[in-house]
Amino acid sequence: MYKILHKQNVAPQVDAVIVDAPYIATNAQAGNFVVLRLHDRGERIPLTIADSDRQKGTITLLFQKIGKTTEEMGRLKAGDTIKDVAGPLGHPTPMKRYGHCVLVGGGIGSATLFPILKGLKEKRNKVTVILGARTEELLVWKDRFKEYANDLVLTTDDGSAGRKGLVTEALKDLIESSNLKIALAVGPIRMMQAVSEVTKPYGLKTLVSLNPVMVEGTGMCGACRVNIAGKTKFACIEGPEFDAHEVDFQELANRLGFYRDEEEQAMKKYKKRCNGRCKK
Amino acid sequence: MPCPTTYNKTMRVRDPKKRAKDFKEVALGLTAKQAIKEAQRCLQCKKPKCVEGCPVEIDIPRFISSIRDNNFLAGLKTIREYNLLPAICGRVCPQENQCQGACILGRKKTPISIGALERFAADYEAAINETETVEIAKPNGHKVAVIGSGPAGLTVAADLAKLGYDITIFEALHEPGGVLVYGIPEFRLPKKIIQREIEYLKSLGVKIKVNWVVGKTQTVDQLFEEGYKAAFVGVGAGSPRYMNIPGENLNNVYFASEFLTRVNLMKAEQFPKYDTPVKRAEKVAVVGAGNVAMDAARTAQRLGAKEVYIVYRRTEHEMPSRAEEVEHAEEEGIKFEFLSNPKEIIGDEKGYVKAIKCDKMVLCEPDASGRRRPDCSGEEFTLDVDQVIMAIGQTSNPILTKSIKGLKLWGAGYIEIDENGKTNKPGIFAGGDIATGAATVISAMGAGKRAARSINEYVMTLAKAPRQRKKSSKTAK
Repeated sequence: MYKILHKQNVAPQVDAVIVDAPYIATNAQAGNFVVLRLHDRGERIPLTIADSDRQKGTITLLFQKIGKTTEEMGRLKAGDTIKDVAGPLGHPTPMKRYGHCVLVGGGIGSATLFPILKGLKEKRNKVTVILGARTEELLVWKDRFKEYANDLVLTTDDGSAGRKGLVTEALKDLIESSNLKIALAVGPIRMMQAVSEVTKPYGLKTLVSLNPVMVEGTGMCGACRVNIAGKTKFACIEGPEFDAHEVDFQELANRLGFYRDEEEQAMKKYKKRCNGRCKK
Repeated sequence: MPCPTTYNKTMRVRDPKKRAKDFKEVALGLTAKQAIKEAQRCLQCKKPKCVEGCPVEIDIPRFISSIRDNNFLAGLKTIREYNLLPAICGRVCPQENQCQGACILGRKKTPISIGALERFAADYEAAINETETVEIAKPNGHKVAVIGSGPAGLTVAADLAKLGYDITIFEALHEPGGVLVYGIPEFRLPKKIIQREIEYLKSLGVKIKVNWVVGKTQTVDQLFEEGYKAAFVGVGAGSPRYMNIPGENLNNVYFASEFLTRVNLMKAEQFPKYDTPVKRAEKVAVVGAGNVAMDAARTAQRLGAKEVYIVYRRTEHEMPSRAEEVEHAEEEGIKFEFLSNPKEIIGDEKGYVKAIKCDKMVLCEPDASGRRRPDCSGEEFTLDVDQVIMAIGQTSNPILTKSIKGLKLWGAGYIEIDENGKTNKPGIFAGGDIATGAATVISAMGAGKRAARSINEYVMTLAKAPRQRKKSSKTAK
């Protein structure tokens, strides 16, 4: 059992929990994730470790309430417990002194970039962060990013904050105007794909953190396999970060949609069962 | 299909039509009367071949004579001297290649059904709710870490706990049991049998930490820093093999380990009562012909598939599966496409499986494994299916092995050990599939036994010379 010490709503449909998990916190590095299961009947889902505190022995997880499990998790409060949390899993982001780096985040995926930003700053890199969302209130953790980044560029589809438009436009301008060494993008597949397409002609090394369906998360089942430069790789143990220019995004999108019907069915059933009673 | 003569059919099984629709156990075991009758057939050989055929050399004639004399618990006690998990091995051992295959009676007629008798003894104990009381040595205060809770790890844990060690098992998944839990289906090995064995271990004082991915949550060095004197690595060969053919990543192509994990561990057959889904299909091709392939095929059928094909590149004579599983699968209506080697999985415009294209094979001269090597005949054919399950074996999982610096590996990342389960790193021992490559439950248990002896010797030597240990741990860092 893993106790939730603190819970906060950080954006519409997006919550953050701080979980007591001292061993995971001790070994967690930027780019790692955990697999969790809420209760005995729950499914195992991967969530990126958005922050960790070795002294306090805690990890922070951010999640968007888009499915039955995340919806249910959103109804847990401080003091409640999560049945299983395993981690830290996956390869950490390779940290070194690159020079000028850009981190591109879309929607809730941005949170994943936070420990990477901290790590890159520790290695004395210059880091520009570009965060994009539909509208201002969906720009998760922008204050935290501001505190660490050399430059923070915000973009929104509706122009409610920062520049109106997509992250890719801001990214292109940045590439043109500066000497970037590496880009790292996290967000929806289409956004990561678009970032990859922008950076490719410039030959700018680009990493993306992939989010395929996972079951056990330790290389045993192969559910999370992705196609990298024509080769099958397991995102859980060989990723989750890969060279964006080698990723087959179309296949990833297909595979992510495989259980859409079941996800809807589970959600419907959950909402019906919980109607009124669970709405707090 | 011809079944090897060494397969004995005394055991009662459920009606194939009924059982293929649920997940309840297929084989019902022997009645006491049947068991005694079967035991009476045993010749009680002076030089028993069956014992030679057993990877852990159980005194088989002795346990059979106890059953014959109506002393079932004594029979079980004999088995337990060699084998910690008789209820499990009685169900999943490939007896026709081991004890039963060696039985002298098999030369002329049917060999003794040793596996069924082993299972009977263990089930009898469970049925009367008896638990064997074992003597546990006084706690010696030495902590030993057992990594992985499959057959090898459970054996090491039990043997060392009995010697007074302070044992903690570390399991990566949320439930202990390893392949017994996530791999083998309920209809072949009911989960309550594994739970009983785990409870028994706990009664010996063994602690189990789940969700503990050693190599990630804690490294082996971190365990040593916490005072563990030795570590046993029994993490299995838990990484699926695949063919690298076009279409393998289409939707509705499963690796058997994922498919079986969803059902066995996550109970996806009960979706949406349980949150994990699994896709049900009409026509399924399972590639491979080992036990895992049979398990996957029969699971797919139980999920409602109308037609399930085993697609195998050799013939019925080379199938690595247990004879009993093949026969049960066939009775349940699983179809076999022999001499068929998949070359492509064909998808529709949405990226879902619609067919599997295979080369028709012919058998040539034997290869290194002694089995006749299949070769393309030049012909090909296409099977219309909406689901493909790849069950062509497992290979080593690198998570733990890569986290131990300087650990000597062989082949495709398996741990190199000596005959006593020692690795090249002091204090680290290994056994089971991660050392040998994918094998059987019983051989993993045999490896566990040897490793437990060797760990005991190692820790006892350490205890006598504590200074030396400090030095070696410093150099290890």
